[in-house]
Amino acid sequence: MIAGVAGGIARHLNVPVTGVRIALVVLLGFNGLGLLLYAVFWAVLPQQAPTGAPARRDRALLLPFGAIGLGVVLLQGLLFGGDGVAGTAGWLIALIAVGAGVIWHQSDPARRGHWADQASQTPWLAAVVAESDRRSFLLRFIGGGVLVAVGVIGVLAVYAPAGNWTTVFNGVIFALVGLLGVGVVVAPLLWRTFSQLRNEREGRIREQERAEVAAMIHDQVLHTLALIQRNSGDVTQVERLARGQERALRNWLYKPSASPTERFAAALEQAAAEVEDTYAISVETVVVGDTQCDERVAALVAASREALVNAARHAGVRTVSLYAEVEDAELSVFVRDRGAGFDPDAVEDTRHGVRGSIIGRMDRHGGKAVIRTAPGEGTEVRLTLPASRDSVAAGKENAR
Amino acid sequence: MTEPVADQGRRLAVFLVDDHAMFRAGVRAELGVHVDVVGEAGSVTEAVSRIAATTPDVVLLDVHMPDGGGRAVLEAMRRTHPQVKFLALSVSDAAEDVIGLIRAGARGYVTKTISPDELAAAIRRVADGDAVFSPRLAGFVLDAFASRPDVPVADPELDQLTNREREVLRLLARGYAYKEIAKELYISIKTVETHVSNVLRKLQMSNRYELSRWAADRRLV
Repeated sequence: MIAGVAGGIARHLNVPVTGVRIALVVLLGFNGLGLLLYAVFWAVLPQQAPTGAPARRDRALLLPFGAIGLGVVLLQGLLFGGDGVAGTAGWLIALIAVGAGVIWHQSDPARRGHWADQASQTPWLAAVVAESDRRSFLLRFIGGGVLVAVGVIGVLAVYAPAGNWTTVFNGVIFALVGLLGVGVVVAPLLWRTFSQLRNEREGRIREQERAEVAAMIHDQVLHTLALIQRNSGDVTQVERLARGQERALRNWLYKPSASPTERFAAALEQAAAEVEDTYAISVETVVVGDTQCDERVAALVAASREALVNAARHAGVRTVSLYAEVEDAELSVFVRDRGAGFDPDAVEDTRHGVRGSIIGRMDRHGGKAVIRTAPGEGTEVRLTLPASRDSVAAGKENAR
Repeated sequence: MTEPVADQGRRLAVFLVDDHAMFRAGVRAELGVHVDVVGEAGSVTEAVSRIAATTPDVVLLDVHMPDGGGRAVLEAMRRTHPQVKFLALSVSDAAEDVIGLIRAGARGYVTKTISPDELAAAIRRVADGDAVFSPRLAGFVLDAFASRPDVPVADPELDQLTNREREVLRLLARGYAYKEIAKELYISIKTVETHVSNVLRKLQMSNRYELSRWAADRRLV
């Protein structure tokens, strides 16, 4: 009624809700056990029972909670009374019960998986209960085992206070044998459930990937194809669409997604893509090596972009090639077209594109820009920038 | 041009291998004016038997096919029919595909966006025993053989690119034609061709494990 625990248990066990409630109330009579169980179940039960949870497992589910509950009851009883040998024994049996309950609980992967799902907002909790983390699983298993062992040893020590180490040693051995037995019983089950979970997860990932591909094709490819059909008369437009789509797909398939603000190659490719889209030309981009972006590198990219724009606007060609190379000593970029070319001496002083955006910019950042051109010969802009040692080193490290 | 007149008159026999029938039909139509398309195949097994039967000059080879891909065709044909030249024609320009095909023995690699005239020229060059390097391919090779002088190599003759070869590759990557490279470096076109062929040979015969590891690294991302 308060937290829906009774309802949850009822749904889980396939018994009437009223029955559960009555049982809880009755149990309340025994040292407030009902209340205690309510609190415990509230804490450990999943908020929402997994859909289509197998009903067969229900009886088995009772066992760990029974064991834990027994342990809790005994502990609680001890708090209010009980002393001497009997009291100690009670403590130990409680320990055993709790430990066994914990171990048994390990064998219910659905529950644990559910815990992990719920705990996904709190990563540290997920790490503790997630079934994927074998170490934490082992940790919990060993923890439960230690509890059981301590309990068994304690019982032996209390009821057979022989005072010699042989007895204690025997006790330890028996405890270990007991643990081993539990392990042998539970191991195949655990193994099976582990592989089941793995298969399930792999299936889920595959399905997710397929959905992602389908969404991408729907969003981009189909729309582009539709646009191409409608613009089939306009060659420039069709080429632009096809090129943009090809680039998008290619990047999606082969390229690691790097941020253009951080990596030189990504920044350069983005600049080339922008020019391709804006001016409906194709830029044949080849980048050898990569490095970290800083202010100077960004200036080099900006100058390259300007050179590409100039080629796109004035050369009158369909293809421009862009080649960049990252070497230990320097970064170099070459922008080349086979177009009209021009006479550099004949450019009016009022035109600032080349002088300001390319040559001036490279100068300011310690680089160099050389433009080789002649009417009818095409144009090549060569940009070089000495690498500051640390940026190249960082780039290489990241590339590995 | 340097090629003999008799050779120029002869039409080359070209074989198409691609699993997309539409694409084969398109290429056949485009190339029909330049060369004789003597056959086509849509799978590796079909390609192996029909290439052996028709013995074309040049095989245009797709990289990705359902039953093994272009590499399987190359490996099956190379020993039995060394005179057949292979030119990879693929929609993929991923580094591992390009380098992989070249290492398996393809004489060149072009992407499917190439224009029909350029494709015909590439076929002619491959048939003449030349290598076809796109700027992109040159970039991949430069990347793979990036200057790492500290790496010990078993056979420096084979494994290391000479400075001249590197220069030629750089110019190729910058979009220069062979003729322009020759002019730029003050060497003859024949020398440029020799350098490029040497690069190709080194790619194929290099036992340098870095190259394959590099490609494998790229695949992982």
